[in-house]
Amino acid sequence: MSGLRLTEGSRGLAASVAVEGAPLTRTQVPYVTGSSVLGMKCADGVVIACDTMASYGTLARFKSLSRMHQVSPNCILGVGGDYSDFQQLQTMVDAEMTAQYVANDGLTLSPKAIHSFLARHMYHRRCKVDPLWNTVIVAGFDKGEGVLSLVDLFGTAFSSDVLATGFGLHLGLPLLRNAHRPDITVAEAKGVLEDILKVLFYRDARTNDVVQLASVTAAGVEIGKMTKLKTEWGYKSFVEGARVGDDSSW
Amino acid sequence: MDALGLLRPGASVSGLPAAHTPGAATGFALGDHAGRAQAAPAAEPGVVASTASGPLQRRFQPYQNNGGTVLAVAGKGFCVVASDTRLGLGYSIPSRKVSRILKMTDKVVLASSGMQADMLTLHKTLRMRLVQYQQTHQKHMSLTAASQMLSNMLYTRRFFPYYTFNVLGGIDENGEGWAYGYDAIGSHEKVSAVCSGTGQTLIQPVLDNQIEFKQQWGAPKVDLSLEATVELIRDAFTSAGERDIYTGDFVEICKITKDGVDVEEFQLKLD
Repeated sequence: MSGLRLTEGSRGLAASVAVEGAPLTRTQVPYVTGSSVLGMKCADGVVIACDTMASYGTLARFKSLSRMHQVSPNCILGVGGDYSDFQQLQTMVDAEMTAQYVANDGLTLSPKAIHSFLARHMYHRRCKVDPLWNTVIVAGFDKGEGVLSLVDLFGTAFSSDVLATGFGLHLGLPLLRNAHRPDITVAEAKGVLEDILKVLFYRDARTNDVVQLASVTAAGVEIGKMTKLKTEWGYKSFVEGARVGDDSSW
Repeated sequence: MDALGLLRPGASVSGLPAAHTPGAATGFALGDHAGRAQAAPAAEPGVVASTASGPLQRRFQPYQNNGGTVLAVAGKGFCVVASDTRLGLGYSIPSRKVSRILKMTDKVVLASSGMQADMLTLHKTLRMRLVQYQQTHQKHMSLTAASQMLSNMLYTRRFFPYYTFNVLGGIDENGEGWAYGYDAIGSHEKVSAVCSGTGQTLIQPVLDNQIEFKQQWGAPKVDLSLEATVELIRDAFTSAGERDIYTGDFVEICKITKDGVDVEEFQLKLD
């Protein structure tokens, strides 16, 4: 038998790669990946934001892909990580929402329930050591209150006033925490999130300048058009280098 | 992989931070089979390069440590269970306020540190079993029953453990306060004070000294009041927060007496 043996796995042919003599292990590597998603809870709703690039390793492979998905009239997802796993997640969540609709009992999943559903599914997959390689931010509005929660590939699940994934966890979250106030409005938060996306575009090499903002309020979901960020490259530290004449550490 | 590896954010080959943007660094190393073990740094949390010979494979590691410190101190007719609320991941703090505490009944409280996803699952399953018990037997589960159930539930995952470190505290059938400490697979011990999690090594010796009067030769053993116990716990968490980067933000302190559970919150430093 040859060194590589392909076996049929849960995700079709070549889901598992076995090396002769070694134990059979799933090779799960994210390929086409999206970077940060940002989210902020406001007095009158929730705002999330992300750029529209999907990278293939270091290659900027797709430059106008939406990483947002509307699940229900009052709930959306913003997703980072593997893009094909995101698409599978979309299919799965939509199937669940359809199943709920077909039951025709007048019941549907609340944003909180959608978050829980995703968390259980992600945890189930991590227990199979075959995770969906994503970090998902769930944004919703229910019973007069905003919902902002996160699920990752381990099944880690929690809610917070501000959330960020990917590179945004490092560079965006401190900025979000600084900007957040309990009385901040959706309109104001959109400006803040756009500014932070700009910072991320300057420093995260897996980000582009075409971004998408979305909000969920009492009026429902509004996923914005893809818009190009207005960038400024004339800053002294950009032109002369960050360490010239200033006391920054990098 | 060493235990610390779970706590340390991997540095990617290109020196990028361990952003949760997988594939960013070395998604295409499959063809890079030199047939020898290569010491490749993990590209991001949850991934490690196989050290077996043959094609270099990056493998998903199903465990993660989100840190946190939990403790339980029993006294005369009361028990105090406390936990900080920081959710840590590598050198990041994804959230400052994620509760690790499950109020099982009016007399039993559980606190779990370790991996948040496992904690969540454990708490959900426990909550389901508590409702089943209550509806089957028309009474609330006792502290002793709850302590045994938790042990059994942890042991069911003996060969793929819940990566959680639990402390359970409450009032038993005789009105006495007790604390229970567990390991990840259900071994447990009934004690009067226990601390688990990332701050365990900082706090446990202090509890041994102040609650059990260990190393205080000849000193009279006195029972701490509820107020004095809570004060000790505040000091313990404040100190642990100074030295342990996975402990901080807030502490939830549950005071369990015959009248029920009273929760108070205590601010720690956010750094």
